[in-house]
Amino acid sequence: MAGKRHILPGFKLTLGYTILYLSIIVLIPFSGLLLKTFAGGWEHFFKTITEPRVVASYYVSFGISLAAALVNGFFGVIAAWVLARYEFPGRKILDAIVDLPFALPTAVAGIALTTIYARNGMIGSLLEPYGIKVAYTQLGIFVALTFIGLPFVVRTVQPVIQDLSVDVEEAAATLGANRWQTFTRVIFPALLPSILTGITLAYGRAVGEFGSVVFISGNLPFKTEITPLLIITKLEQYDYTGAAALGFVMLVASLFILLISNGLQAWDNKRKGIA
Amino acid sequence: MAGATTTFRTKVVAPRRATAESPWIKGTLISILLLFFGFFLILPLYVVFHEAFSKGAGVFFKTFQDRATAHAIWLTLLTAAIAVPLNTVFGVAAAWALTRFQFRGRSLLISLIDLPLWVSPVIGGLIYVLVFGRQGWFGPWLFEHDIKIIFALPGIVLATTFVTFPFVARGLIPLMQAQGHKEEEAAMTLGANGWQIFWRVTVPKIKWGLLYGIILCNARAMGEFGAVSVVSGHIRNKTNTMPLHIEILYNEYQFAAAFAVASVLCVLALVTLIIKTYAEWQAERQLRAAAESVE
Repeated sequence: MAGKRHILPGFKLTLGYTILYLSIIVLIPFSGLLLKTFAGGWEHFFKTITEPRVVASYYVSFGISLAAALVNGFFGVIAAWVLARYEFPGRKILDAIVDLPFALPTAVAGIALTTIYARNGMIGSLLEPYGIKVAYTQLGIFVALTFIGLPFVVRTVQPVIQDLSVDVEEAAATLGANRWQTFTRVIFPALLPSILTGITLAYGRAVGEFGSVVFISGNLPFKTEITPLLIITKLEQYDYTGAAALGFVMLVASLFILLISNGLQAWDNKRKGIA
Repeated sequence: MAGATTTFRTKVVAPRRATAESPWIKGTLISILLLFFGFFLILPLYVVFHEAFSKGAGVFFKTFQDRATAHAIWLTLLTAAIAVPLNTVFGVAAAWALTRFQFRGRSLLISLIDLPLWVSPVIGGLIYVLVFGRQGWFGPWLFEHDIKIIFALPGIVLATTFVTFPFVARGLIPLMQAQGHKEEEAAMTLGANGWQIFWRVTVPKIKWGLLYGIILCNARAMGEFGAVSVVSGHIRNKTNTMPLHIEILYNEYQFAAAFAVASVLCVLALVTLIIKTYAEWQAERQLRAAAESVE
């Protein structure tokens, strides 16, 4: 393998262009963020990221994202299972529509969900008599984040279910396991790494989400304000160092989530290697 | 081996009884799926079109005669027309470098390419404001020379390019990795030069994966909200893209008009899903053919 490193042409050209373009679009602007973050000194940085209003936004962003990712974990596994294993009319359409939250602009999702869950909306008006408000509350943020995270668990678990060998399930059945035992002892453990990866991906996407949330959240400080919105608020007040500081916190959080997801994938690969 | 398992798998769609759930459980699971998708995917789609035509077809079509709407559509098309080709050239170059050669730092490079997918789109806008904004690195210099990047087209294009950066590369890398480069090497021993190899051997092999990446890149480019919102300044008839125009109309309580513009983006999303599904299917077929030819 190492012997035929540079057989094909274009190594210098393509790698050089890749690095140049990556630097212009991603790396140099990011170094701008890092420099600006600490331009006001450590003290200012810590003061900004621990303001009560900012801390409240962490709870909203990171907490509700987690709830949405977990709900997606539960329904995503069911959806992946049904789409991978069952034949029924309309299955192919449902399978294609899973990716809608990837393809649909977030602003469109935002106004559509707000309209559905507003007090006079299709579902909002049904919940109103029970005193349940969705739009302009944390529940609304949860709905939006569940929508945008929906494809992740389905799309990471579905191929794993398709690749599961039916032999193992047959073996479990011949050894006297009922279907539930086969699921909990044989199938679920095999799916677990991909389920956790999917949940992590959905969580990572939800934490940074902006477009679908701003419409349905109502953006009340301390209650329904997400951290990305506070970045924009600070920019609008020309507080560039403050905005950069919050951006830095979000960036570190995203990298941390990315690290977890990579760790989960490595764990999965290792397990597969043993099996 | 890989080919054998895939052909085998397609035959075992209906598992035998010992490995199938009871019809009752099956029905329940399908119902849960239908309810979940119904509430979260189908209902929002329905509402967009329902609201778009709630004031009649007249209001729907009048929305698009409005100058601000027409300008927003034009700006969105222009932005995508710049950002998508840029990221396509990059994606092909990156995929070539990353799948045809082994070098140190390869996995780090892949992670860096993925980075824009992981960070908040708001950060995608923020970083350019920090570099090119009035108080940014190049801000004073740009101001002196009267060059506008932030609150102007270049900023919108940059932010859009950032959020759509990895799509083409990510569509190609796994495909080209799996296909390998035996054909390219064969073409080279037959005397083809680099460009001939690329256009005549590689492009036909990767065209469906490439289309898949481009179509997703385009959908995101036309629909991006967060990143563009930060750098645009929301100037009507100047820096408003379609998603931003939807926000303005919606906040002005012009719901039918907002949803009319939204319905266009909705159709774009649905067309994207159809092409994506088809391209994915074709790419898989190509990959399977490649796997079989290796045997």
